[in-house]
Amino acid sequence: MNQKGKITMAHGSGGRATNELIKEIFADEFSNPVLDAMEDAAVVSGSKNIAFTTDSFVVDPLEFPGGDIGRLSVCGTVNDLLMRGATPKYLTCGFVLQEGLELSVLRRIVHSFAETAREAGVAVVAGDTKVVEGTGGLIINTAGVGFLPEDVSISAANCRPGDAIIVSGDLGDHHAAILSHRMNINNSIVSDCAPLCEMVQSLISEGIRVHCLRDVTRGGLGTVLKELAESSGVTMAVEEGLLPVNAQVRDFCGLMGLDPLYMGNEGKLVAFVAEEDAKRACEIISNCAYGKQAAVIGSVTDEMPGSAYVKTSIGGKRVLDVLFGEGLPRIC
Amino acid sequence: MTDISHKITQIKEWLAAYDGPDISIMEVCGSHTAAISKYGISGLLSEKLHLISGPGCPVCVTPTGYIDRLIELSMESDTTIVTFGDLIRVPGRKNSLAEVKGEGARVEMVYSPMDILSLAKANPKNQYVFAAVGFETTTPVYAMLLEQLISEHITNVKLLTALKTMPEVIGWLCEHTEEIDGFLAPGHVAAVTGSDLFIPLCEKYRVPFCVAGFSAEELLLAVYGIFKAVVDDREKGLKPEVKNYYPSVVTARGNETAAGLVNRYFESCDAVWRGIGTISGSGRKLRKEFEQFDAGSDLPMEDHKKNQACRCDQILMGKALPGDCPLFGTVCTPMNPQGACMVSEEGSCHQYLMYHRTR
Repeated sequence: MNQKGKITMAHGSGGRATNELIKEIFADEFSNPVLDAMEDAAVVSGSKNIAFTTDSFVVDPLEFPGGDIGRLSVCGTVNDLLMRGATPKYLTCGFVLQEGLELSVLRRIVHSFAETAREAGVAVVAGDTKVVEGTGGLIINTAGVGFLPEDVSISAANCRPGDAIIVSGDLGDHHAAILSHRMNINNSIVSDCAPLCEMVQSLISEGIRVHCLRDVTRGGLGTVLKELAESSGVTMAVEEGLLPVNAQVRDFCGLMGLDPLYMGNEGKLVAFVAEEDAKRACEIISNCAYGKQAAVIGSVTDEMPGSAYVKTSIGGKRVLDVLFGEGLPRIC
Repeated sequence: MTDISHKITQIKEWLAAYDGPDISIMEVCGSHTAAISKYGISGLLSEKLHLISGPGCPVCVTPTGYIDRLIELSMESDTTIVTFGDLIRVPGRKNSLAEVKGEGARVEMVYSPMDILSLAKANPKNQYVFAAVGFETTTPVYAMLLEQLISEHITNVKLLTALKTMPEVIGWLCEHTEEIDGFLAPGHVAAVTGSDLFIPLCEKYRVPFCVAGFSAEELLLAVYGIFKAVVDDREKGLKPEVKNYYPSVVTARGNETAAGLVNRYFESCDAVWRGIGTISGSGRKLRKEFEQFDAGSDLPMEDHKKNQACRCDQILMGKALPGDCPLFGTVCTPMNPQGACMVSEEGSCHQYLMYHRTR
């Protein structure tokens, strides 16, 4: 197959071109005994409780500083499994390829997908490709299965008054990287897109009493805190001065009229842990590759159930709600 | 405790403890409204001290007729409207640019007016119309755009202007409302115009002005400054003054290069303010010699409410708080805005809803 070419409708015919595409771009990258058997369905070993999730990924540009849609598609699903305390095991992928997509770009994205899956310790056990008309884009769906230990109970409804709130690093990196790239703004902001296996598994294996975990994605930390306050019937109280934000991202947000609290990440989590475990939990996260800037940012209280607020640097109180709309840059 | 944190503690104590006659201060600038919410400043004030959001968000004061005209232009063949993001969802009389975009109208969102240059060069047969709204802060950028259009001989770009100026609307407010005891003056505008811009208003209407910055400390200091100025003027019978609490950026005379650039291309005109009506001399339009760059801004501009119950007009004048509007948070939300104050992130209704502000 001509690697310099582009995706055409023939690649979706189900015939020879499809076989070539799968064989030459996907099969080697994703190789494992289950997938290599090329059966209609994967048969895999299981556990008593499994976590199961799916997500679809659309991002423009397909490749961005710090990652690409392939890495993103693995991290998104793997991180969702981790947020219930599960160990990610299996992944499926559906690649919807638009006509005109450069094969060289696809090859890089598939390689990145496979590398990230290896990093996260998950096997790609089933996959599919489809070709649709379009302008060279790519949409990926992934579904994932993780094994859930019987003694783990981590849930959005489990935040308790007294819990410490820990965020695993700088807010808004992914969002700011994508926006900067789209707007041709030169800076060194890179996406934080990463699988969070090491930090979640370390927290659990070290016996930290983790009550709730949530990855901070679209809508940002502000949205996550408000949603979890409602799910758990508690109040989230965080301090502005403790929120970790990279200086470049802070300046970028200032310039654009955006708020880091409502900017998405793709490799950060917020953890709610028993107060006595807070210091140790923060140290454990800080010792992980993707948790260097981890910080305790506040605590759960019972003052106003269902609400979240930030205590500002001058002692004011700002109530947080979920993000409204799409966060459009302001005029002046 | 450092000097600055000691000072801030003292300021907060004064603001919380004030128990004299009620004082209402208008922050004219939308970015100040947003910053007041963001830093939780209104919650630090005694019940006797009030902050009122004024008509300083360019999106919020753009009349419905202007949006309707953009929509008409966007439907013309080979014409594309180019605009800032937050104008896209502002309702006209019936719908918004975002709604007609879904029906095939051509609308492009950009982050800077200069972005229109690359669009126009890439598609020389297409006509581009920039939705040129804004105050003294944004007008110099349109002047720079015109310089560029002329020097590069680009002929397929026009502006539909709805440019506004601050002193006239502040003067209008002083004449039409009793509620305002002082103004927190807009820092970005003053950076361009200079803080002296407010001296004639201060002298004529005998109200103090404090030019404020945008960080938490800068803003808190200026908020304290203006409330204290009202108290001192009342108690000691002093003459009100314009004070500059943003000296790192604002000078007395402003940026004269920017002013020169603006005057080369633009002249003063009457302007229609959403919910307020026409205010004499409160706008800017292209000078006659540059009318080839105008997309019809001089045509009469109407202003009609999308929803008759909307109280954006009274909110912009400081006569009502967002929570006083029967549509607030129920019929009118950021996802389905009835009035412009709910659209822009810096609109007072949007701010009050988003941050659950009641005052």
